[in-house]
Amino acid sequence: MSVTVKFFASLKDLLGCDGATVEIGEVASVSDVWLQAAGGKAMPDNVLAAINMEYVDQNTLVHDGDEVAFFPPVTGGDK
Amino acid sequence: MRTSPLQPWHEVAVHEQAQTVLHGASGAAAVFVGHMRDFNEGDNVTAMQLEHYPGMTERYLSKIAQSAFTQWALLDALIIHRVGELHPADPIVLVAVWSAHRKDAFSACRYLMEELKSTAPFWKKEQLEDGSERWVEQNTAGY
Repeated sequence: MSVTVKFFASLKDLLGCDGATVEIGEVASVSDVWLQAAGGKAMPDNVLAAINMEYVDQNTLVHDGDEVAFFPPVTGGDK
Repeated sequence: MRTSPLQPWHEVAVHEQAQTVLHGASGAAAVFVGHMRDFNEGDNVTAMQLEHYPGMTERYLSKIAQSAFTQWALLDALIIHRVGELHPADPIVLVAVWSAHRKDAFSACRYLMEELKSTAPFWKKEQLEDGSERWVEQNTAGY
């Protein structure tokens, strides 16, 4: 399946891009998507994730066509 | 979301004028305006880039507004947030709430601002006096 990945703020600087389209196996979690999209780079602490613009945790499964976003804590801190 | 300079008091005046439902019914308006400081964490800050997640940011602002309307007896609410480049003293955010009475207006305004800071995806990149840049990942406590 195919998912659209977006990176924001400091993650965009860290990875040198603002996103990608990733082809991944049929059963994949948010953290699997990170590993593939970030080229194996470890995820920094406190990274937040969203699927289709809703907050999710890293174990949530993704589906074909999803938009998966990764970003640092919003400037307000704890979610 | 606003990419151009924000004039919060003008926005409040125009909104109040246009919303005739408020005339006579609203006994209380609580307004919060956030401005950019020229200092943070002991450094002088000369400019700031405010980034957001188009679509998700608006969605979460709408969610917190809906939540406020379920908790307090509100007549109206207005939230405007700047994105893009800002300079010290520029208004960043306006939260205005109208209610029949001050208790609901004060409480809802405070709630909206705190929820905005903790759930709406906004990120700040500061430019410092020495020319360096840094992302802000902490915020001062609201309470």
